[in-house]
Amino acid sequence: MKMKKNKFNKIFSLKCIVNGEKIERDIDSSLTLLGFLRNDLNLKGTKEGCGDGECGACMALVSGKAVNSCIMMAVQAHGKSVITIEGLKDKNKLHHIKKSFIDEGAVQCGFCTPGMIISAQALLKTKPKANIKDIKEALSGNICRCTGYEKIIGAVKKCAKG
Amino acid sequence: MNKFSYIGKSVKRKDALLKVEGLSKYADDYVFEDMLYAAAVRSPKPRIKILNISDAKAKKISGYVTLVTHKDIGGVKQWPIVINDYPFLCADETKFEGETIALVVAKTLRAARKAAKLVEIKYKELPFLTDPLKSLEKKSLKIYGSDNIFSKFIIKKGNAKDAMKKADIAVKDEFSTNYQVHGYLETQCAIAVPEPGGLMTVHSSTQCPFYVHDAVAAVLGIGYNKVKIVQAVTGGGFGGKEDVPALVASHAAVCAVKTNRPVKLVYDRKEDFMSMSKRHPSWSSVSYGAKKDGKITSCIIKYVLDGGAYSTLSPIVLWRGAVHAAGPYKIDNILIEAYAVATNKAPSGAFRGFGQPQISFAQESLIDDLSEKLSIDPIDLRLKNIIGPGAKTATGQKIEASCGLKEALLAVRKNSDWNKKIKAKKFSGEKARGIGISAVYYGVGLGAKGKFLDRAGAYVNIFRDASVGINVGNTEMGQGALTVLSQIAAETLNAPYENIRVQEVDTSKVSDSGPTVASRTTLMSGNAIIEAAKPLRNRIFTMAKSMLLKKGAESSAIMNAYQGVFSMGGKKVSFKEVIAECWARRLKMGEQGWHIAPNTTFNDKDGQGDIYSVYSYNANIAEIEIDKETGVIKPIKMSCAYDVGKIVNPVLAEGQAEGGILQGMSWALYENLVYKNGKMLNPNFTDYVLANTNDKPEYDIIFIEKLYERGPYKAKGMGEVPLIGMAGAIANAVKNACGIRVKKIPILPEDVWLGLKNKRKAK
Ligand code: FES
Ligand code: FES
Repeated sequence: MKMKKNKFNKIFSLKCIVNGEKIERDIDSSLTLLGFLRNDLNLKGTKEGCGDGECGACMALVSGKAVNSCIMMAVQAHGKSVITIEGLKDKNKLHHIKKSFIDEGAVQCGFCTPGMIISAQALLKTKPKANIKDIKEALSGNICRCTGYEKIIGAVKKCAKG
Repeated sequence: MNKFSYIGKSVKRKDALLKVEGLSKYADDYVFEDMLYAAAVRSPKPRIKILNISDAKAKKISGYVTLVTHKDIGGVKQWPIVINDYPFLCADETKFEGETIALVVAKTLRAARKAAKLVEIKYKELPFLTDPLKSLEKKSLKIYGSDNIFSKFIIKKGNAKDAMKKADIAVKDEFSTNYQVHGYLETQCAIAVPEPGGLMTVHSSTQCPFYVHDAVAAVLGIGYNKVKIVQAVTGGGFGGKEDVPALVASHAAVCAVKTNRPVKLVYDRKEDFMSMSKRHPSWSSVSYGAKKDGKITSCIIKYVLDGGAYSTLSPIVLWRGAVHAAGPYKIDNILIEAYAVATNKAPSGAFRGFGQPQISFAQESLIDDLSEKLSIDPIDLRLKNIIGPGAKTATGQKIEASCGLKEALLAVRKNSDWNKKIKAKKFSGEKARGIGISAVYYGVGLGAKGKFLDRAGAYVNIFRDASVGINVGNTEMGQGALTVLSQIAAETLNAPYENIRVQEVDTSKVSDSGPTVASRTTLMSGNAIIEAAKPLRNRIFTMAKSMLLKKGAESSAIMNAYQGVFSMGGKKVSFKEVIAECWARRLKMGEQGWHIAPNTTFNDKDGQGDIYSVYSYNANIAEIEIDKETGVIKPIKMSCAYDVGKIVNPVLAEGQAEGGILQGMSWALYENLVYKNGKMLNPNFTDYVLANTNDKPEYDIIFIEKLYERGPYKAKGMGEVPLIGMAGAIANAVKNACGIRVKKIPILPEDVWLGLKNKRKAK
C-alpha cells in the first residue's frame, strides 16, 4: 500500500476486483468501502443501516470474508477481490441462497436482506454443513427488524448440506 | 365459489426477487442530475432561545451552497398534523435536543454534514422539563399551553369507585415503560425534485405518502395538484414512517425550491435516533376489583404518556391506548383517565401498537396478580372474564360474531402444555423456567377518532395483453401489502397472480387513501380493489361465459373460474383470451374503487361508543429462563394465537407474527434508551441493543380464522397485533419463574437480580 495514514483528502490509486471486474480508481483515501461501492461504482445493493459496524446491512465479501463495508476503508480493499450482493450468482442463475430466501419467505422490507445473504454465503463457504447454532452465530451481526429471524435462519439452513 | 385460486395460499412475494438481488430502489439509492445534499443543523440543548445563526465558518467548506432557515419557508410555518404546534424549522426557540433549526445544502453529502457542524448558533439556555409526571403538576414550568397537556380522554362506565369498594378482592399497582426506537433498518430519507411551473415531486421513504403530500403543499404554499409524492421502496416503518417523513420531505422541498435543484436529505442513524418519533414512555396506575369467584367488577386506570416536545400524533396514540386500557374483558364499572403531556424530549409518536402495548403490559401484569390473590389459574381467570360475541367492551360496544379470543386462549394453553408447566418446579440449579400469558384485543383501522381519514381508493387497469396495473394509496413497507393486494385482485378478476402488478404509491394517481397504519391496509385497500374490480369482473365473467357457449359448452353447465382459466362443460378459455375479446369489443377495462369504513362513534364526555368497526384478537404464552446469578432472562418459546379473520397469505402472516413477537420481546427485555437531563445518551445500535439471531425464541404461531363478513375475503387486520401483548406475557413469565414482579419495561437483568437479592434478604 502506498498510503501510510488515512488523512483527509489524500488521493490513493485503488486497484481491486469488484464482482469479477478489474477496477482502477483514484479515490479519496478517507472513503469507506461502502461509500466507494455505492457512490463511485453505483452498486446500491449494499446498504447503510448504521454506519457504525453494528447492523450488517453493509456487508460485502472481501477475499471471501464478510466485512462491514461501512467501517472498512476502501483502500483496505486494494489488491483484493470484492463481491457485493449484485455479483453473487450461480453461473448466470439466481444464487441458491437468494432463491432460498424467496422460497422460505425470509424477505420483508428487504433492507437487511443483502447483508444477510452475504453473511450466509461467507458462512456456508467455510462451513457447508452449518447447523442452526452456527447460522445464528454467523448472522448475529446482522440486524433484521422485520422478520423475527425465523425464516431467515430457515432459508440459510436449507442451503446447508446435511 | 368454494375453492380459492389465491386467497389463503402462500404465493411468493411480489417484491422478493429484486430485494434479494439488491436491485430494489430505496430512497437513498436514487441519484438525480445536479442533485444537492442537505444536512440538518440541530439544537444542541433541550431548550434554547436562538439569538443568532451564522454560516460564516460553514461557508468555507468546499461544495457549500446555502443555508436554509425558517425565513426560506414560502408557505405555512407550522407543520399541519393533529394540533399544529410543531414548526417546520424553529424560528426562535427549540424544544428538544436534536430539533432542526436550519439546513445546510452542499454539493456532496460529506460537505453538507461537515458544514452543518460548523454553523454557529448563539443561544441562551432555557429551563426545561423531562419528567411527564412533573409536567402534570400544577406548579410546574409550562412548556405547552396552560397545563402541559396535549390531550386527555375519559372513559367512564357504571361506577368504578363504588364497585371497587364493594369488591371482594382488589389489586392496585403502578407501572412504567421506557421508549422504544423503531430501528427500521433504513433511516429517514427524502429527495425533492423541483420541476418547471412550480411543481414538486418528492421521492420518500414513507408509510403515509398523503401525509407527506399535505405537508409539502403546506410548507411550499402551493396547490395540492402541483405536488406529487412517490413512495420509494421503504426499508421498514413500524409507525416510524407514519408522520415524521413529512417533516423530512418538507425540509428537502424547501431546500429544493431555494436552490432550484434536486435535494436529497438522508439521516444518519444518530440524528434519526435523536429527532424522529418513538414509542411513548408511559406511566400508569391500574386497579382491578373482583368477586371471590373471579368475576371482575371494576377497573380504574390513570394512564400518562410522555409526548415529548410537540404533540404530533400523541392525541390519537393516547386515544387508542385509553379505549383499550381495561383489557379484553367484560367489566361493568370502568374509569379510565388518560393524558398525553409535554416534556423537552424528542416527540413521541406512532409505533406498532399505538399506545396499546404500554398499558397492555401494565394491565395484563395486574390481571395475573389478581389471579394469584384469587387462587385462580391465570388462564381460567381470563376465560371467565374475556369479551366474546355479544359482550360489551369498555366503551359499551357490542362485540361482533368474528371474535376468537376464547379459542386463542385455549389453543395456546394446549400447545404450550400450560397446565403442567405453570405448576412445575421452577428452579433447577442456577436456572429457573417460567411461563406467562397475555390476552389482547385490537380495534382494526382508525376508529372513531380517525374516521374522516378512514377511506381508501384503488384504480384497476387491465391492459390489452391481460396484464393488470393497480394503483392504491396504501404502502408496502415490508409487511407484504403488494403481495396480499395482488392476491385479492387476482382472486376477484380470476387473473393469473403473475399478471398483477400493484405499484408503489404515487399520490398523483390515486385519491387520498389515508395512512398505512392501524393494520388497515388489507381491509381498506383490499376492499377498494374489490370495489374497483367488481364491474370488471362482471364484464370479464359475462364475456368468458359467452365465449365458452360459442365453443359449444352446454348452457346448463356451471362456469368455473380458477387461476386464470374459465371452464364450463369441458370447454376452456383463458383470462388472456377473454381480455383480448373484451378489448376487441371496446369494453371498459379500467375502474376506480372507493371504500369507506363503516361508521363509528365516540362520545367525548364519557368515552362511550361503537368505536371500531371490528376487532382482532390474540393470546400469547411466553416461556423464559432466568439465570439466578446474573438475572439474565433467556426467551425460550412464544406460543401465540391470532384471530385476524381470514388469512390471505399464511407465510406472510407468520412472518408478520414472528417479527412482531420479536419486536415486542426486544422492547420488553433489551431496548433501553437513556435520557439524562434532556440529553439522549445512547443514540446508536451499539448502546441501544436490538434483539439479534441469538435472542430468537422458538415460535409457535396459531391462526384462528373467525371470518369477518365485511372484510376482503373475510380478513380483518394483523400488522400490529403480535407486538402488543408480548411484554405482559414475558413479565408474567418472569414472575412465574422467580416470584419477582417487575413493574417496568424493559425488564433488565439487574431488575431481576435485585429482586432476587431483596427476596433473599427478606427471608
Ligand atoms: S451500515 Fe455497516 S454495520 Fe450498519
Ligand atoms: S426484512 Fe426488514 S430489516 Fe430485515
